[in-house]
Amino acid sequence: MTIVEPRAARTKNRQKSARVRKISPLLVVIAGAIIVVALTYTLPPFRNYQLATIGAYLCVTAGLTVLTGLNGQLSLGHGALMATGAYTLALWQNKFDLLLPGIMLAVLVTTVAGGVIGLAAARLRGPYLAGLTLAVAVVVPSITSTFDKTFNSDQGLSVALDPPPGVLPVEQWQAWICWAGALVTVLVLAYLIRGRFGRDLRAVRDDETAAKLAGVGVARTQVMAFVVSAACAGLSGALFAVLAQSVSPGAFPLTLSLFLVMAIVIGGLGRLTGALIGAFLLVVLPSVAQSIAEDAGSQHLEGNLALTFFGIVLVLVMLAAPGGLASLKFPRRSRKQKGQ
Amino acid sequence: MDRFLYLTFDGLSRGAVYAAFALALVLIWRAARIVNFAQGAMAVATAYAGYSVANATGSYWLGFAVAITSGLVLGAVVERVVMRFVDHSSPLNGVVVALGLVLIIQGVLGMIYGNEYRPAPAPFSRDAFEVGGVAILSRYDLFVFAAVGAVVVLLTLLFTRTSTGLRMRAAAFAPDVSRLLGVPVGGMLTLGWALAAAVGSLAGMLVLPTELGLHPNAMDLLFISAFTAAVVGGLDSPVGAVVGGLLVGLLLSFVSGYLGAQVAPMAVLILLVVVLLGRPDGLFSKAKARTA
Repeated sequence: MTIVEPRAARTKNRQKSARVRKISPLLVVIAGAIIVVALTYTLPPFRNYQLATIGAYLCVTAGLTVLTGLNGQLSLGHGALMATGAYTLALWQNKFDLLLPGIMLAVLVTTVAGGVIGLAAARLRGPYLAGLTLAVAVVVPSITSTFDKTFNSDQGLSVALDPPPGVLPVEQWQAWICWAGALVTVLVLAYLIRGRFGRDLRAVRDDETAAKLAGVGVARTQVMAFVVSAACAGLSGALFAVLAQSVSPGAFPLTLSLFLVMAIVIGGLGRLTGALIGAFLLVVLPSVAQSIAEDAGSQHLEGNLALTFFGIVLVLVMLAAPGGLASLKFPRRSRKQKGQ
Repeated sequence: MDRFLYLTFDGLSRGAVYAAFALALVLIWRAARIVNFAQGAMAVATAYAGYSVANATGSYWLGFAVAITSGLVLGAVVERVVMRFVDHSSPLNGVVVALGLVLIIQGVLGMIYGNEYRPAPAPFSRDAFEVGGVAILSRYDLFVFAAVGAVVVLLTLLFTRTSTGLRMRAAAFAPDVSRLLGVPVGGMLTLGWALAAAVGSLAGMLVLPTELGLHPNAMDLLFISAFTAAVVGGLDSPVGAVVGGLLVGLLLSFVSGYLGAQVAPMAVLILLVVVLLGRPDGLFSKAKARTA
């Protein structure tokens, strides 16, 4: 019993603090949409492209933080799920060229793929799950060379896109598409995790036996968590295909999956604000590292500087503040709150 | 039939390397209950060090010794400096920190050596001997068998015949009791990591000449294969790791021999899924209780 009691106390605290900060997600998302649209009119094209990339990343980090932070399932395979979404959109666009149904199809296909992985994942714990999803992340890109007729091997596919409506610059149009996707994702997730589903997720994470006794379907919840977060990854992958107007296995390496984990850990596991911070850092840090590397004039630094930096930050955050950067804003809240 | 024989021996040779690598994973798992996801990256780092020395001095064996020694040191440093301070209340934390180490190591290697493949020459000829007109084994394969066999024998002796080995097992199995009895539990943990990393380095040195060469990501797929091997044998069982390694090696050899090399990664993934869903504690698991 002594083990259970502090947990119960913790949950109570969490509920209290959640009640204090109850702002309607709808308002936040509307405000976000206004800010993004305003920004796109003021930013130069390249910044708009970066803004769009943040939006695309936000889809997947938001989904992943729900899975890992709230449900305690660590997935290293979300890069591969993004690739699934991206390739689906590419194949669709090159046949039909209808963006919205294509994105929906990409989400659907990735959801199915995520459901399959989720069914396996629900039976696995800790390092076994991490190992399996890591294998998915490493192996799936190699499928492109196994079925090279469809996927064109390492070269990948180009994605046919209609020009943006009116006189809109491409980058601005892309930013709108990506942020529309991101805000819808955040809105849906925010409502999902505030309701019964979110409580089930946390219950399963904190104590499977207790959750089962309380009538929560443990396996069902875990699979659902995976499915939801896979759908987000599929959307994100499709948006990346729209952004780059091409897809190739090189765009979805293992490091992408690791970066995603870093992004959600750094921002604070289980928080949608954390996912936003993470998505922002995923875009900003590499570009800062890139400019440092260019100043230094060393080819070897390119990319690798960001890699090293991400690694160091990830280790430091895990050792010093496992609650992530978002937890630093609320120093009074216990650091151990993350408890999975 | 000739082809079958050749593929069998090729598979056993690959499998020996996977076995060594899986053994490294099992060593750390038994000592610290962490799957060291940074094992592959650490092995690549020491292999870079080894080949740098080998190229500078012209002696492969000096480089080989440097690789193994730096493996020992790197393993000890990783445990002392990083892993010791990980909050182990959630199994996720150790995994995430290990992944951070992967990023750091790959980034630093890329900064120093660049992201292109560098040659990793083998110390012995890789041309197969012919026995009765059938190409079977190369000198290098024999070297791999000898090296892995030696490691397995030495580790067995260490854990079953020496007092240090007994202390290591005790520290892993019942840390609190061992501490009361005067076993330096922390030191044993460091030793376990150092040994495991050295075995991982050996596996890296053995496998890199048979692959494309040195690259910061060279061990990614190999890690997956070795993890699969460790899971097939049961993460807790050193014997299982060796058997699992040989099985995975054979499977990969047959799959790439008969179906094409691109299918091999898929085969590993399928095997991993099947084993994890069917027998998550490994093919050879019997008792549920843990035995040190």
